[in-house]
Amino acid sequence: MKCDLCNKPAVVHEVTVRSGIKKEVHLCETHAQEAGIMPPGQQPINQLLTQFVISQNLKGGGSGGAKGATPGTPAVVKPVNKTCGACGMSFAQFRQHGRVGCAECYRAFEDELGPLIERAQNGGTHHQGKTPQRAGSSIDRQLLIQKLLKELDHAVAAEQYERAAKLRDRLSSMNMPSRGGSTMH
Amino acid sequence: MHSRTTTVDPHAVPPPHGDVVLSSRVRVARNIAGLPFVNRASASQCQDTLTLARPVLLNNGLAEGMIWVDLTQATLRDRKLLFERHLISKHLADAEHRRAVAISGDETLSVMVNEEDHLRMQVLAPGMQLAAVYERLNAVDDAIESRLDYAFSPRFGYLTACPTNVGTGIRFSVMMHLPALKMTNEVERVRRAAKDLHLAVRGYYGEGSESAGDFYQISNQVTLGKSEAELLEEFESIIVPRIIEYEHQARRMLLERNCTMLDDRVHRAIGALRSARLLGAEEAMKLLSRVRLGAHMERLKGIDLAAVNELFLQVQPAHLKLHAKAELEPEEMREVRAELVRKRLS
Repeated sequence: MKCDLCNKPAVVHEVTVRSGIKKEVHLCETHAQEAGIMPPGQQPINQLLTQFVISQNLKGGGSGGAKGATPGTPAVVKPVNKTCGACGMSFAQFRQHGRVGCAECYRAFEDELGPLIERAQNGGTHHQGKTPQRAGSSIDRQLLIQKLLKELDHAVAAEQYERAAKLRDRLSSMNMPSRGGSTMH
Repeated sequence: MHSRTTTVDPHAVPPPHGDVVLSSRVRVARNIAGLPFVNRASASQCQDTLTLARPVLLNNGLAEGMIWVDLTQATLRDRKLLFERHLISKHLADAEHRRAVAISGDETLSVMVNEEDHLRMQVLAPGMQLAAVYERLNAVDDAIESRLDYAFSPRFGYLTACPTNVGTGIRFSVMMHLPALKMTNEVERVRRAAKDLHLAVRGYYGEGSESAGDFYQISNQVTLGKSEAELLEEFESIIVPRIIEYEHQARRMLLERNCTMLDDRVHRAIGALRSARLLGAEEAMKLLSRVRLGAHMERLKGIDLAAVNELFLQVQPAHLKLHAKAELEPEEMREVRAELVRKRLS
């Protein structure tokens, strides 16, 4: 099994069950250390291999997996084939390189990235601190872009090409990319 | 690239906690809204980022004498020189895509363009000066943000290519000189303390580098869920004072229990540096570290500490090539290094 963030073998496996839905995190030694899970030379690997966190009380969505996971059961990764509508990066590509392709990827892969980020950030889930001074207009703009990109995804999926073309025009007039990684400004 | 020489002012005020803290650095990662991240950008999109960033970094009153170094054009030696001076990362020095760095005249501010993120800006200062460094970097960030929209999400904060950097996107780090902890085999104590506080401990040249010269770079790993002010406060009132105290304890212990061994090591070190005719980089770093310790503990007299600190940089390969104004074979490098060190420490 490979690490969620790169191509190396995963040595740390964490399964969280939220509202009956299983969510898994698999990390290689390096990324586990970065996430603060495995201090160098202190925690034995076999202990980490069986490090499962079961939480029945937390709410949250999941991307799939068997119900009723039990500790000690070998975890099986369900492939996630999501693709970012803005830059075209697939979740599999993200897993291979450990880097997302654009700001939009955070929306596209939010369900998968959320738990990973929380683990890497020692439980931090939401931003605290500085916001851009022009945050108001910038965030509104980003929310609108997110909405348009979502509509574009739906239009393409429903083969509504005329509508998709209009949405692309609108996005490009906002200096944003349409699909396929075309020039963004 | 224009070559620089650093002059050492013998009357300069010693940096705060300079006996243990070599330097303070704060960096933030930012991406420009609407552009794909660097790993996903085409050559023309990388060029677009440079075109957007250049005027903002050069003509925005960020610092005196800002220069722009196009790393696609720069020679290998110049790129290595910038890396040795901690002005660019190894990744940026070695990469092949279109990239650049903007550097202030005094080299305290540098902004890497098209590193892992579109912009990675840092401010450096000698000694323990994290608060002042952060204040300056924050002003630089504001000035840049007044002209460029940053990728930002209300939930994840500043969005970065690697999801482990989201939130504030900030990295506070201090380069600490811990030779006594190393001699007393207590560096592990620091690592444990660092782990408890969710900190990363790296070497002199960051990720993956050995702890050359007994330098350890301590930095925060958590960037989401804590504000910049909270992180700064932790560094200022808990982390750095605690590690300084560990090192001071180890120095006191050496004096009380192993004074002769300590004196032997520091005097041998200065002796070797003043008389060697061939000197490897690793050996030079190790000996300089001992001399630095001996001078701070007043076991060695008449040592110019600023010159010692400067030598840690000057003994590096690209710096030596610049000094010699020539390409150097490994053996020549060792010779030039020994000669330079003898001259500076005589």
